[in-house]
Amino acid sequence: MNAKQMFGIAVTVCLASATFSAQAGSKVDKEAMKLDARATEIIKRDFRDKGIAKADRVNQDALQAACSKYEDDVPVDMKIKLEDEQAKQIKWPADGNFMGDWKAGEKLAQSGKGMTWSDKPDEPAGGNCYNCHQLSSKEIAYGTIGPSLLNYAKKQGTPEKGQRRAYGRIYNAKAYAACANMPRFGHMGILSEAQIKDLVALLMDPESPVNK
Amino acid sequence: MNTSNLTRMILVLALTASGSALAADTAASDSDKIEQYREMISDGNPADFDEMRGEELWKKAAGPKQASLEKCDLGKGPGVVKGAYAALPRYFKDTKMVQDLESRLLTCMTTLQGIPEEEITAKPFASDKKASDISSLASYVVGQSKGIKMAVSTRHPKEKEAFEIGRRIFNYRAGPYDFACSTCHATSDVRIRMQDLPNFHVKEDAQAAYTSWPAYRVSQGLTRSFQWRLNDCFRQQRFPEPKFASEVTVALTMYLAVSANGAEYVGPGLKR
Ligand code: HEC
Ligand code: HEC
Repeated sequence: MNAKQMFGIAVTVCLASATFSAQAGSKVDKEAMKLDARATEIIKRDFRDKGIAKADRVNQDALQAACSKYEDDVPVDMKIKLEDEQAKQIKWPADGNFMGDWKAGEKLAQSGKGMTWSDKPDEPAGGNCYNCHQLSSKEIAYGTIGPSLLNYAKKQGTPEKGQRRAYGRIYNAKAYAACANMPRFGHMGILSEAQIKDLVALLMDPESPVNK
Repeated sequence: MNTSNLTRMILVLALTASGSALAADTAASDSDKIEQYREMISDGNPADFDEMRGEELWKKAAGPKQASLEKCDLGKGPGVVKGAYAALPRYFKDTKMVQDLESRLLTCMTTLQGIPEEEITAKPFASDKKASDISSLASYVVGQSKGIKMAVSTRHPKEKEAFEIGRRIFNYRAGPYDFACSTCHATSDVRIRMQDLPNFHVKEDAQAAYTSWPAYRVSQGLTRSFQWRLNDCFRQQRFPEPKFASEVTVALTMYLAVSANGAEYVGPGLKR
């Protein structure tokens, strides 16, 4: 039984009988909480440093903890709060310009390098974008965890809106969908502002393969 | 396996290594390519060599105690190998722990043969430079469950607990990419680049994925154990390294194995 189902049962019991609800609910909750604590304890103990991937990577921030606990289905009020917190932390370009070089963006999008223990410390991370997205009709080896981004620019209201949306999504996808499966490239320091601009250009430049 | 099959297999492997056999059709997904490859070598899997090596190791006296592993209890009684893997992980009274195959082999190698644990866990996975005894032993043991239905128990409270903890680990997001196992393995019909991803929340997917490991990896020319599979997925998850045969890996294996219950075990498998 997962946390959601347990919660469901607790709610059902509450509705069925006001007298027994508190007791039954708390017993199930207690059991689940004990298991949560045990799992965290084991995780903190059983990983070790390897290459650039240090053991402290298993420590969660508040967003990661919430998405794990609710198996990515966080209650709606919590979801809104988490998204607001993430949105507040987005660092928008100081010069107000979102567009870099789409050719550099395409190279980044192709690169699957970065942040694993087999990656070298001095090698910069790539974007991994093609791992999850279709971005060009020429590249057939694309992943499907994320939506297709073909013709991205054509689907946006105005270029300004589209550029801002793309920058924000790449910088911190969780500001838009709390438990999205996409990494927070700016927030986590995986990609620099300049690199994110190159990717915005890949998505928004009419000359880029995304829009051809 | 006879010599003509062997020759054919080596030929196929050589072609594969040079990239020409599989790269021909770049539009096909990896699973299609593996299907073609499987047909080509339907008479044998290179993992057979590893199974044979494992069987020899199982029966040979080794370690400071110069003992074989023929008294090793994998859950069905001392020395019983047949069907043992299809019921693992399970709770063991002597160690008071839930153990998967590799952690149990570790117990047998240290207690029966007297081999120091660090000696085994320092390099538990095969590389192109050196075979791994514990991986070969695992290949032998799993081969003896071929055709047997997966029936992993959660009756013992410790087994149930391991399953519940495994489920939590599966959904545990952390690291620079916020990934959990569920990021890549809880949606149907998705892939990374051209690699199809099983959805462990779907019974048939979980069964097909779990029962085909350990597996011979064509791209690596090595037979890989289940502990290796988890280790490499944690690498892709941008996590630090899980300690070999640790509770984290055993609980996760318990969760996946139970998800595969009811399916016939068909490994060692063959993968890209
Ligand atoms: C591990 C998977 C993964 C990776 C890697 C990834 N994405 Fe995403 N992406 C997603 C998912 C899933 C969504 C949908 C998010 C949601 O639930 O709203 C998404 C959404 C987006 C969107 C929003 C689309 C819209 O509706 O406006 C953009 C833009 C985007 N991704 C760009 C990128 C770029 C550029 C990269 C590389 C730097 C990248 N993604 C890497 C999974 C990924
Ligand atoms: C970032 C992506 C990613 C994450 C996170 C991930 N995996 Fe995987 N997994 C893959 C890919 C890609 C494959 C396909 C096999 C390959 O490498 O060729 C795979 C294959 C597997 C397989 C074998 C499936 C088969 O049919 O051969 C198992 C089992 C598995 N993963 C379990 C896990 C577990 C458990 C976790 C969490 C510890 C996990 N994975 C996390 C990407 C991932």
